[in-house]
Amino acid sequence: MKDTDIRRLLYAHLLCIFSVILSTFIPSLFLEDFSVLETHLTWLCICSVSVTAVNLVFYLVVKPNPPSRRSSLSHKVGRFLKCCIYFLMSCFCFHVIFVLYGAPLIELALETFLFAVILSTFTTVPCLCLLGPNIKAWLRVFSRNGVTSIWENSLQITTISSFVGSWLGAFPIPLDWERPWQVWPISCTLGATFGYVAGLAVSPLWIYWNRKQLTYKNN
Amino acid sequence: MRLGAGTFAACCVAIEVLGVAIFLRGFFPAPVRSSSTTEHRAESPAPEPSAGASSNWTKLPPPLFGKVVIMLIDALRDDFVFGSKGVKFMPYVTYLVERGASHSFVAEAKPPTVTMPRIKALMTGSIPGFVDVIRNLNSPVLLEDNVLRQAKAAGKRVIFYGDETWVKLFPKHFVEYDGTTSFFVSDYTEVDNNVTRHLEKVLKREDWDLLILHYLGLDHIGHLSGPNSPLIGQKLSEMDGVLMKIHMALLSKEKEALLPSLLVLCGDHGMSETGSHGASSTEEVNTALVLISSAFERKPVGDRRHPKRVQQTDLAATLAIGLGLPIPRNNVGRLLFPVVEGKPVREQLRFLHLNTVQLSKLLQGNVPLYEKDPGFEQFKMSERLHGNWIKRYLEENSSEVLLNLGSKVLRQYLDALQTLSLSLSRQVVQYDMYSMAVGATLVLEVLALLLLSIPKALSPAAELDVPLSSPLFSLLFYLTILVLSAIHVVVCTSTESTCYFCSMPWLAAGGAMLLMSALLCAIVSALTKTVVSAKRVGKNPAPPSVRWSELDLLILLGTMGHILSLGASSFIEEEHQTWYFLVSTLCLALCQEVCRNHFLGSDGDPQCGLREEPGPEGAMLTMQDGAEGCAALEEDRTRAAASAFERLGSMEQRMVLASPWAVLCCCRLLRALNQTGVQGAHRPDLGHWLTSSDHKAALSVLAALSLLAVFLLVQRRCSPMSKVALALGLLGVYCYRAAIGNVMSPWQRGNNDISKGIVEARFVYVFVFGILFTGTKDLLRSQVAAIAIKARTVGLWEIYSGLVLLAALLLRPHNLPVLVSSLLVQTLMAKFVWKPLNHGVAEVTVMHYWFGQAFFYFQGNSNNIATVDVSAGFVGLERYVEVPAVFLTAFATYVGPVLWASHLVNYLSSESSSHSALRHACFCYALICSIPVSAYIILVTSLRYHLFIWSVFSPKLLYEGMHLFVTAAICVFFTAMDQTRLTKP
Repeated sequence: MKDTDIRRLLYAHLLCIFSVILSTFIPSLFLEDFSVLETHLTWLCICSVSVTAVNLVFYLVVKPNPPSRRSSLSHKVGRFLKCCIYFLMSCFCFHVIFVLYGAPLIELALETFLFAVILSTFTTVPCLCLLGPNIKAWLRVFSRNGVTSIWENSLQITTISSFVGSWLGAFPIPLDWERPWQVWPISCTLGATFGYVAGLAVSPLWIYWNRKQLTYKNN
Repeated sequence: MRLGAGTFAACCVAIEVLGVAIFLRGFFPAPVRSSSTTEHRAESPAPEPSAGASSNWTKLPPPLFGKVVIMLIDALRDDFVFGSKGVKFMPYVTYLVERGASHSFVAEAKPPTVTMPRIKALMTGSIPGFVDVIRNLNSPVLLEDNVLRQAKAAGKRVIFYGDETWVKLFPKHFVEYDGTTSFFVSDYTEVDNNVTRHLEKVLKREDWDLLILHYLGLDHIGHLSGPNSPLIGQKLSEMDGVLMKIHMALLSKEKEALLPSLLVLCGDHGMSETGSHGASSTEEVNTALVLISSAFERKPVGDRRHPKRVQQTDLAATLAIGLGLPIPRNNVGRLLFPVVEGKPVREQLRFLHLNTVQLSKLLQGNVPLYEKDPGFEQFKMSERLHGNWIKRYLEENSSEVLLNLGSKVLRQYLDALQTLSLSLSRQVVQYDMYSMAVGATLVLEVLALLLLSIPKALSPAAELDVPLSSPLFSLLFYLTILVLSAIHVVVCTSTESTCYFCSMPWLAAGGAMLLMSALLCAIVSALTKTVVSAKRVGKNPAPPSVRWSELDLLILLGTMGHILSLGASSFIEEEHQTWYFLVSTLCLALCQEVCRNHFLGSDGDPQCGLREEPGPEGAMLTMQDGAEGCAALEEDRTRAAASAFERLGSMEQRMVLASPWAVLCCCRLLRALNQTGVQGAHRPDLGHWLTSSDHKAALSVLAALSLLAVFLLVQRRCSPMSKVALALGLLGVYCYRAAIGNVMSPWQRGNNDISKGIVEARFVYVFVFGILFTGTKDLLRSQVAAIAIKARTVGLWEIYSGLVLLAALLLRPHNLPVLVSSLLVQTLMAKFVWKPLNHGVAEVTVMHYWFGQAFFYFQGNSNNIATVDVSAGFVGLERYVEVPAVFLTAFATYVGPVLWASHLVNYLSSESSSHSALRHACFCYALICSIPVSAYIILVTSLRYHLFIWSVFSPKLLYEGMHLFVTAAICVFFTAMDQTRLTKP
């Protein structure tokens, strides 16, 4: 049971990593002079869309969480709309936090917002897919000892690693190397992406390594 | 002897201050400086010495050259001209060097081999030390006596094209200039074309005497691709062409001129094998120097001697003599003798005499025992010989004997010059490694002691055993003293350079050595104790694993990260970003903690089944399933916090949730107030907007509102008396600002007389002293009276409010919001975060330290000396009085850390129930402040030849030293507060 779960998790994560990698290479076939650094905003949009799509497809197909009892169409639509609103809210929240962290308020607002979008894609979208629009469940998962399945455990790891990645990504900005990737918000988005990918890669391994110690209350 | 942790920490920091002071003294050698630097009145030149008969030659000798062109090529290493590259790419210069009328030298530059100090050295003849930079408060203008100033005073017209550093160094010295910036290193053609394009016209004109050209391209190529790049050859050929053009033009002009002209080709510093510069390797230090003039003798064909080695500073004296100017006062260089070789002997002697007199004057000003100096003795001797020679010269006009005698005197003079110059320049350039080592050892020993005593000091008793008597009987102690004094004797007797630690009186040096060995013994004993106790614990199974909360982890990582960031010059320049980032992250972490407590407080941690049995079994279980481990201690705290949380009303709960966000918003607004650092300094900010004269009304309103807010925030815990005093004092602050014209006053409309505001400022000082006095009185009363606790709290708060009032007076009006936000954040955090969440003393202390640092930068400070607000030192003073001015400036600069530390005392003594809280806090504060200082001292020592050592690392070192001093004062204050509590049962 457990090993098959871990294997499924691993495949899912590989798929996500693959989508991130593809989003850097595929567009250059269709778009002229596309590169991650120079047309950064385009890349951000493409990466965000592809990661969201993969997440959605995957969770619709695999359904790691138990299906809810009520499954009327209106309920589903309401749930979907709620998810959308949550996603937008998280984007705005991140934007506000970035500004509070010192991002410029007026200039580069689009860049900042797209950074917020990509960070939401890496963190909020998986949460929404797995846990649904349920703040209590989110808080439970992200407090200590609150996880109840390996899915939630991996969600915790990837989310935290994305945050840490974007946090660390801010460090090179003040250095005077004058590299193109030191411009706001490129280093942060790259940091978030690397953090996300690292989280995706590490979490199945970590769970596999600690599978003896991990006991979840509900299964 | 048992000591409280607070007292112990205070002593440690005091010793550390001593160590840092010794280190600083070794790091910044005193400059060689003539005593009358500030006055520039024209001294009459030294007359020609004569024995008996009076010489009539008292005026300065006339100039040797009519026009002088200095062509300075940045990073012109010696082998670019004299080596194979020169032969290949600079054919004209090689021709001149080998056969033409020229003198070539290898000029040695002193480190730091960076452009600005080198230009100063070329023009003043002195060796710029770092202390100059501090003395001028980073004002880029060169205040020292220099050749250009003398030239301007003598009515010479100077034209300059090239690196704009010159324009900053010598504003208003040039009749015409065009500065090029060296900012874009990747550009190596435009910068030089911008210089060359002027040549055509200028060389045709007659209206100049001195032309200076500074070419940057070669240096840029070096930075880009190193000294072996093919671009170097192209650039050298280009320079060769330029030099030929200038030389031709000068030669064609010379025919109608009276005096010959001089063309100087020189470099400011060399280029290392990687293409950079700044350190002291041979490639960086050796530069080419070629003097070309038709006055010189042409060399015979095939006479290819290796160029002589001289000092870079020698050029200043040579230029001064060549242009007929007085030699710059602080010059340590000597005249390049070949330049005057063709002149009559009497003139040669006169030139050398002028140079020697100037050097010996400088020696008299700097060396107390100058009469014993061999150079000075030689000078006296040669002056006597010179006098005799003149006497004989005036009597019998010319003879063979006279010529022979003359050359003897010349040799004597040259020897004297060399000795004098050497003994002067030796004083500046070297780091005094011995003093630095002594200081660093003291600091590191103290840090080790502090780190080793963490477990003891943070135990509930907060007391330490300091073994003071045992060292007196230990062998180690005496052995160390013996070794140290042996080293001291060896170093002090062998070294050629002056050493500060050696020049200290024996008693003081002995005291320092005693301290060092005592500290070593203390460390060893503490280490053995720790090892023994660790072994004892190791035998016991399962020590309780204390899990770190996210906040502790953040604090630890933040501290480590900050220390690591000190190794990069950009991070030092932009240190404010580090602190803002850390404080923002801290707020978010607090927010997360608050949310968790709020939403999960009642049914938090449902998975953790261990909390019913917090005993040894629980601990054992915890060890086994590490992932699920929730240690009993941590669990208890969360519980307590959650239950404390529940007791709050719903309104307060909402405040608790909102306060981290409010703090974040505050910090973001303050960030926009003052842009600081290097990259952001030029960006527009609110502070500049407010201080511009168009927005005086806005500034006035803001200042008035801020003062009102300060009153509202501070008055709530004051006694009625000091409330009134505070209100009047704040009113006085506004009056002061109105009087000196910063803000508009409502009662003097349209009246533009601006005074120094002495009366108003003193009016405020009276209230500051009054409030501080009341506070102290209350504190003293709390020791004897029964109502101790309340009086104590009020007394502490009054001292705090006195400091706030002083800060309000000293801070510039646009910085008053910083003060308000500081008070607001303190209130919010204390009331809604630290108290409900039950943070430990160590956490609260570190948070106070972080906020203090962030507010230091919010106020507009940076790690650059130039941002210190010196005007604070003149508030309420008629003229500059050193002690109060220094105190006021230091207080105004360190307002943030001081206010936060004093708030820490208030918070802990009013809220905390534990009697050892203050001692813990003091210990933590001392520790957290001394870790960066110690790390930084090691870093600076290892980076002492870094390119930016003078511009970035050294000012930061001074800031760190000052910060440590402030910390020591704070720790003493903590200890004093702790003592008042100790006496109470």
